[in-house]
Amino acid sequence: MQPDFYKVTGISKGLILGVLSVLLLFSCKKDEPSYEVFLPSNFPAPAYDLSQNPVTTAGFELGRKLFYDPIMSRDSTIACADCHISFSAFSHPQHATSHGIDGLFGRRNALPVQNLIWQTSYFWDGGVGQLDLIPLNAITNPVEMDESPAHVVAKLNRHRQYPALFREAFPGGDSVTGPHMLQALAQFMSMLVSANSRYDHYVRHEAGGDMSQQELAGLQVFQQKCATCHATDLFTDQTYRNNGILDNFTLDRGRNEVSSLPEDIGKFRVPSLRNVALTGSYMHNGKFKTLEAVLDHYASGVKDSPTLDPLLKQNGQLGIPLTAEEKQSILAFLQTLTDQDFVNDERFQK
Amino acid sequence: MKNAFFGLLALLITFTLTNCKKTEEEVKGLGDVVIEMDNHAGDEILEFGKSYVTAGGDTVKFTTFNYFVSNFILTKDDGTQYLVPKDSCYFLCQHDDVDSREIVLHNIPAGDYKSVQFIIGVDSLKSVSPVGDRKGVLDPTGAAAGMYWSWNSGYIFVKVEGTSPQAPVDAGTGERTLEYHTGLFGGKDSPTLNNLKTVKITSTSESARVRDGHTGDEAPVFHLYVDILEMFTTPNSFRVADVPTSHAGPFSQKVAENYADMFTLDHVHNHQ
Repeated sequence: MQPDFYKVTGISKGLILGVLSVLLLFSCKKDEPSYEVFLPSNFPAPAYDLSQNPVTTAGFELGRKLFYDPIMSRDSTIACADCHISFSAFSHPQHATSHGIDGLFGRRNALPVQNLIWQTSYFWDGGVGQLDLIPLNAITNPVEMDESPAHVVAKLNRHRQYPALFREAFPGGDSVTGPHMLQALAQFMSMLVSANSRYDHYVRHEAGGDMSQQELAGLQVFQQKCATCHATDLFTDQTYRNNGILDNFTLDRGRNEVSSLPEDIGKFRVPSLRNVALTGSYMHNGKFKTLEAVLDHYASGVKDSPTLDPLLKQNGQLGIPLTAEEKQSILAFLQTLTDQDFVNDERFQK
Repeated sequence: MKNAFFGLLALLITFTLTNCKKTEEEVKGLGDVVIEMDNHAGDEILEFGKSYVTAGGDTVKFTTFNYFVSNFILTKDDGTQYLVPKDSCYFLCQHDDVDSREIVLHNIPAGDYKSVQFIIGVDSLKSVSPVGDRKGVLDPTGAAAGMYWSWNSGYIFVKVEGTSPQAPVDAGTGERTLEYHTGLFGGKDSPTLNNLKTVKITSTSESARVRDGHTGDEAPVFHLYVDILEMFTTPNSFRVADVPTSHAGPFSQKVAENYADMFTLDHVHNHQ
């Protein structure tokens, strides 16, 4: 009886503490917004050098305004936030691929925008090696925003509000410049840190970190069977791998399109699994709508091809053996990676 | 006798020392060096819109010829090297902008330089640097916008565009276009092709005499010929019918190997 009683009290305490801290956060926010980048103790050191583009209140708020403004696109119809929506960890929920300008569709699933300062390269093929330069890809892509950076800058310079906002964020500059536009967006993106999931509280031994037996069992199976690629608390080893999603990659060769190396055909970024329950569809082409389908793929749907990751073909056997029970426990565990604080953070919303 | 000998020795040493000092004094200070990029098509001075014939026999006309050169190193006659500082070693040469093809290296220690070395393209470190470190010709939202791949983020090292009657009709434009955009610096944390090429030009006759305060018209000039037709030949000669375009694909390696030898020294010019 006693242990159960303790457990209940523990949860209540956690709840009260949680509610209190949320209240505290909200009250702080009203008076003085905190724009310090959250560097969680269970993460490694960031790859992005924050000191060369320090986050300031004016810079962050300018970046947020740009992120939500369709002025970035050729005909002012598409904003960054159209395919990177806050409540789904800045991904495009339920969209295999996204519709950009003129209703055109891209080839790849929009990745979540979170924890970017720990990432060393960006996009499914790692084609961009610097956080600052990420937006140029979307701006210039003919099926996304189809715009030239110089023209965006010209439009911003003609705008009623932006020139003053840029002067405030980057004192000394007399007009809107492309590099400052990218630095403001980078400041906004730097702040998008998700590390307050129940799993995080569990590993950091904080309140609100209670995990059920099934979730803990799922964590154990995950560590045995998934964590080689979905490594560290970033849940990615930041490599490119062919996970057997297809056996023919003529439509999208993945990393090979960037590297031109034959061994990279069909390889795509190992994505982080943070907030994974919110970010479906899954895989580079958005092939799977549910996490169940993803696990079924690894258990019994892996397709062979010359560049298939060796981890998915051990002892001549395709895929990762998973029992029905293991799948259920992994699914339960993956739910603990959802970070409600992050997706509900008003600082990051329009 | 002994005293006289030492006296003479002392005198000799003093004389030699003074002599040496005098020579050193002559080459103290800082001056400019000019690298003039004189674009050619074979033996002719390159003109846009004019027809030329490649080694493979294709008739080609050009509309764009831009290239990045960077990381200059100058070597004196005695073999000592001078590395041009990182913050002033990137240049974008555009055929239709004559000034951009006259590269001026400032504050070079005075001396006689027999060779100049540089990279065709932009080095890997700069290619992954924050946007705040990409000033001037390296600004991907400004001067470098047309020489930058946003989806495969790096600079286009050499950009050649034009037309040829031997090229197939482009489905998009309806014209017989040529388009060779070559980049790729080797990748950040996962490898890609590396098409950076190093060029070393050495004068076998006159060296460039850099002298204190000699800038502008007084500065010595490495006058280079840059032959656009070299891009089509040696070591990987190709026909435009077979390869009318090349971007970040595997063929870019062959294009880069071809243009690696397009820079040759015509002469070194000293003004004094």
